[in-house]
Amino acid sequence: MGVLLPVLLPLVGVILVVLFGGGDRSRSRLLASIFALATFIVTLYLAAALHDGGSEALRWGIEAAIPGTGFVMLAIDGLSLPLVVLTGFLTCLAILSSWEVGESPTAHHALLLGLEAAVMAVFLADNLILFYVAWEAVLIPMFFLISVWGHENRRAAALKFFIYTFLGSALMLIGIIVLARSVQTLTIVGGVGAADPASQSLVFWLLAAGLLVKVPVVPLHTWLPDAHVEAPTAGSIMLAGVLLKMGGYGLLRVALPAAPEAFSAAAPVLAVLGGIGIMYGAVLALGQSDLKRLVAYSSVAHMGFMLLAISAGTSAGIGAAMLIMVSHGLVSGLSFFLVGAVYQRTHTREISRFGGLGSKIPVFGGAFVFAALASLGLPGLSGFPGELLSVLEGFSRFGWWIAPVGVGVVLSAAYNLYAVRAVAHGTLAPEWTDIADLSTRERIIAAAFIVPIVFLGLWPATVLSLTDPVSKVLALTMGGGQ
Amino acid sequence: MSQLLQQPWIAVAAPALIALAIAIAGRRAVPVTRWFALIGPALVLATGVAGLSAHTSAPVVSVSWLSQGASSIAVGASVDALAAIMLVVVGVVSASVVLFSIGYMAEDPAQARYFALLSLFSAAMTGLVVSTTLVGLFAAWEVVGACSYLLIGFWYHKPSAANAAMKAFIVTRVGDVGFLLGIALLWSSTGTADIALIGAGVTALSGGVATAAALLLFAGAAGKSAQFPLHIWLPEAMEGPTPVSALIHAATMVAAGVFLVARMWPVFAASELTLYVMLWIGLVTAVGAAAAAVAQRDIKRVLAYSTISQLGFMFAALGAGSWQIAMFHLVTHAAFKALLFLGSGSVIHAAGTQDLHEMGGLRSHMPVTTITWVLGAGALAGIPPLAGFFSKDGIIHAVTVASPVAGGLLVLASLMTAFYITRATVLAFGGQFRGQGHPHESPLSMTLPLMVLASGAVGLGFAGEWLAELLGGHAGLDPTVAVVSALVAVTGVAAGWMVYKRGPASDVALQGRLGGAYPAMASAFGVDALLVAIFVTPARSLSGKIYRRADRGLIDGIVNGVARLTVGLGRVSTSLQTGQIDLGAALVAAGVVVLTALVIGWGGR
Repeated sequence: MGVLLPVLLPLVGVILVVLFGGGDRSRSRLLASIFALATFIVTLYLAAALHDGGSEALRWGIEAAIPGTGFVMLAIDGLSLPLVVLTGFLTCLAILSSWEVGESPTAHHALLLGLEAAVMAVFLADNLILFYVAWEAVLIPMFFLISVWGHENRRAAALKFFIYTFLGSALMLIGIIVLARSVQTLTIVGGVGAADPASQSLVFWLLAAGLLVKVPVVPLHTWLPDAHVEAPTAGSIMLAGVLLKMGGYGLLRVALPAAPEAFSAAAPVLAVLGGIGIMYGAVLALGQSDLKRLVAYSSVAHMGFMLLAISAGTSAGIGAAMLIMVSHGLVSGLSFFLVGAVYQRTHTREISRFGGLGSKIPVFGGAFVFAALASLGLPGLSGFPGELLSVLEGFSRFGWWIAPVGVGVVLSAAYNLYAVRAVAHGTLAPEWTDIADLSTRERIIAAAFIVPIVFLGLWPATVLSLTDPVSKVLALTMGGGQ
Repeated sequence: MSQLLQQPWIAVAAPALIALAIAIAGRRAVPVTRWFALIGPALVLATGVAGLSAHTSAPVVSVSWLSQGASSIAVGASVDALAAIMLVVVGVVSASVVLFSIGYMAEDPAQARYFALLSLFSAAMTGLVVSTTLVGLFAAWEVVGACSYLLIGFWYHKPSAANAAMKAFIVTRVGDVGFLLGIALLWSSTGTADIALIGAGVTALSGGVATAAALLLFAGAAGKSAQFPLHIWLPEAMEGPTPVSALIHAATMVAAGVFLVARMWPVFAASELTLYVMLWIGLVTAVGAAAAAVAQRDIKRVLAYSTISQLGFMFAALGAGSWQIAMFHLVTHAAFKALLFLGSGSVIHAAGTQDLHEMGGLRSHMPVTTITWVLGAGALAGIPPLAGFFSKDGIIHAVTVASPVAGGLLVLASLMTAFYITRATVLAFGGQFRGQGHPHESPLSMTLPLMVLASGAVGLGFAGEWLAELLGGHAGLDPTVAVVSALVAVTGVAAGWMVYKRGPASDVALQGRLGGAYPAMASAFGVDALLVAIFVTPARSLSGKIYRRADRGLIDGIVNGVARLTVGLGRVSTSLQTGQIDLGAALVAAGVVVLTALVIGWGGR
C-alpha cells in the first residue's frame, strides 16, 4: 500500500489544491507544500522499508496491488528508490522556490503536484503499459508549466518540447508493442522479459528513440535549452532534476532487460553518444551569453557521463549512472534555483550584464560558487564519485577511445568558472547596487540543496548500497559480468 | 601522538570541521575563531612527528568508498616516512602562515572566509599526503586546487585576482585530466587503485602501459607544480594574499607534484622515457624561470618565478632517478621559500607596494625581516652552510651523473638564482627608501613565523642525510660539486651586488647590456601569450560559432524544418500553435484514458 502513496498523495493534493486553493496564493502553496512534504516523507519511509529488507528487498522490490484485485501496478526496488526519493525531495523545493508565483498560483501548484504524481508513476510503474502512460502523462503538466508560466518565447519552447518528446515516445510505444508480442509478461520490477533475439535490435532502437530524446543525447537535445530557458524556475528544477532522469532510468529499467544482446551490441554507440554529449555540451555551455542556457547545456554534458557509465555495461557503471543522475538532480536544481533567484531580481539572464554580485550579495555569491564547483565535479561534492566511476569504467571497457572525454573535463571547469567570474566575481556592475541578497526562504532552499550534495559527495554509498543488488543483476543480464 | 599515527584521518577531519565552524561562526566571532585555525596545523605536525619517530610502519586505515558489484574502490590513510616528512613540512609552514596571517589579515573584513579556507587547505593537503589509494589522493589533490582557486581569488572584486584564480584552476586541470586518465589506465590494467598494490604490480605491466601511465601521472604533477608549459598560472596566482602564496604557491601545494612522483616511484622507475622527459622539462623550467626572475619588478613575481625554477630543480632530480634528493630539496625549499614569501609580505605590509623600485633602505626600518630575509635569500642562492646549499648540490650532483650537459645547465640556473635573489635583496633592503609613507617593523605575530622558518632555512641542510636515509637513499655531498657550486653561488651574489648596489637604475643598465633578451625574460619568453593565442582565444570564439552555426543553425534548422512540415500536414499541430492548448490537452487526456484502459486490460499478462 505504501508504494501507491507517492502517486496517490500528490494526486489527492492536486484535487484539494484545485478545490480549496481558489486562486489564493498562500492557501494553494500551503496545501501543495503539505502534500509534497507528506509525499517526500513517504518516500523516506519506503527507503527505510527497503533498506531494512536488505538486498532481497532491494533486488525484488516491494509491490503494491490495487486493493481487492491482487493486480500489481506499482513496485519499488533499489533502482527506482533513489530517483523516487529525489523526486519527492525536488518537488518540495520546487514548490518552495515558486512560493511567490504571481500568475494563477492554484493552477501552478496543482500542476507541480500533478507532475510529481506522473513522474512517480514512471519510476514506480510495474508494467510497461503503465510506464508508457505515465511517461506521456508527464508531458502534460510540464507543457503547461512552460507555456503559461514561462518567459518570452514560452509557447514555442513548450511546443518544441512537446513535439520532440512526443515523437520520441511514439517510437517507444511501437517498441513496447513489438516487445509485447514476443514476451510473456510486461512486468518491470524483477525483470522485463527479453525479446526474441531476432527482434531485439528493432525493439532496442525503438525504445531508445524515446529514451535518448529524454536524456537527451546530441543531436536530439535542442529542445532542452529552449525548454529550460523559457521554463519558470520550478519547471526548470523539475525538468533537469527529474524529467531527464526518466531517460537513463528507462534505459536501465526497460531497454536493457528487454533487449540485452542488442543493448550490448549498441554499447559502443551509446558510449560515443555519451562522449559527444560530454564534449559538445561543455563546448556549447562555454559559448553561451544566457546564464540559464549555460546551465542547460551543462546538463547535456552531465548526462553524457551518465550514458558513458551505462555503456560500460558493468554493475559499477550502472551504479555510477545512478549516482550521476541523483547528483545532477541536486546540482542542476541548485543552479537553476540560483539563476531564477538572480533573474527575479534583475530581470535578465544576460551573463555580460552581471558582474561582481558576490561583493553585494555574498550569500548568493557563495552559493553560486558552490554550485559551480559541484558542477565541475569537485571531490567532496556529489558530482565527483559518479563521474569518476564513469571515466574508470568507460576506460576499462573502451580503452583510449574515451580519452577525448578529457576535453570535456577541462571545459567543465572552464564554463563553470567563467560563469562565476562573470556573475559573482569582478567589479560590481553599477546597475545592481540596490540588489538584495537571498531571503531566509531562499537560504533554506539553497541549504537544502547543499547539504545532500556534500553528503553524497563524501558518502556515495548512500546511493550505491541501494542500487547494488539490481545493478549486479542487470550487468549479468547484459553479459557484462559484475 | 601514537593515537594520531594509528588514526591519521583525524588530522584530515579535524581541520575540515574547524573550517566549517569558522565559516559558520562568521565575521563577528573571527577574532576568536581564527586562532582555531592553528589547531589543524598542530595536529598535522604532531602526526608527522609521530610518524618520524615511529620505528614500525604505521597501519593502513581504509574504507570501501565506491563499491558496486565486484568492483570496489577504497580510500585509506597511513603515515609512512615519506608522508611523515611532508606532514611536518605542511604542519610547520601552515602554522607559521596562520600565525603570520593573524597579523597580516587583521584589517580584512572577510577574515572568516580566509581562515576557514586555510583550515580546509590543511585538511585537504594532509589528505593528499596520507592517502593510500590513487582515488583518495586525487580527490584531495582536487580539493587542494579548489582551495588554491578560492584563495587566489580571495579579493575577488579585483578583476585581476578573479582572472588569476580562474586561470590557475583551469590550467592545472589540464594536467589533472592526464592524472585522471593515468588512474584509469592503472586501474584498468592492475585492477586496483591501491598505491602499494600498483607499485607491486608494475613489473607485470607492459612497457608501453607503464610509460603511458607514468607520463599521464607526470602531466598531473607538472600542472600542480607549475612545470613548463603548464607553469603559466603560477605568476598570476600571486594575486592572492601573500601568506597564501607562501603556504600554497611556494611550500606545499605546488610541491605536491614532486610528492606524487615520489609516492608513485615504482611506476616512474619502470619508464626510462618518462624519467628522461621529466629531467628535461625540469631543466627547461629551472633555467627559463630563473632567467625570467631576473627581469621582474614585482617582488612577488620574482619569488613566483623562483619557485617555478626551484620546482624545476626538483623535477630534474626526479628525472635523474634521485627522488630522495628531490624530497630533500622540497623540504629545504619549503622552509626558505615560505620564509621569503612571508618576508615579502612583511615588506609589502610595511612599504605599501610590491614594486622593488619603490622600496629600498628597508634594512634600517625592519631589522628582523631583513635578517631573516637575508638568511632565506642565502639559502636559496646556495651559500654554504645554509640549507639550500646542501639540497641543491645533491641535485646538481645527481643530474650531472645522469647527464653532464644537464648538470651544466643546472649550474647556470644556480648562477642566475644567486643573481636574481641578490638583486631583489639589494633593491628592497639596500640603499635609501624610495617609496611613500613610513615603513615599520611588523608585529611579533608576523616576525615570529619568520624566525621559525629562518631556523629551518639555516639548519635543515644538515638533516639531509637523515632524511634521505629515512626514504631509503643517500644525500652524500660530492666535494667537487660542492666547491663548484659554492663558487657559483658566491659569484652570482657578488655579480648581483656589483650590478645593483647603485639601485633600480641598474635595471636599465642591465637591459642595455642584454638587448632583446631582456624583454623576453620579463615576459617569461612569451609562453603565456602564445598558449592563450593558441588555445584560449580560439576556444572562446569557436564555442560561440558552434552554438550559432551547428546547434542553432544546423541541428535546430533540421528540427524546425521537420516541425514545420508536420505542422503543415497536421491540423492538430496548427491548432496547438494558435493557442488552443485546451484541445491538445484534451486529446492527450483522452489518450491517457484509452491507455489506462489498456493497462488494466493488457498489463496483467
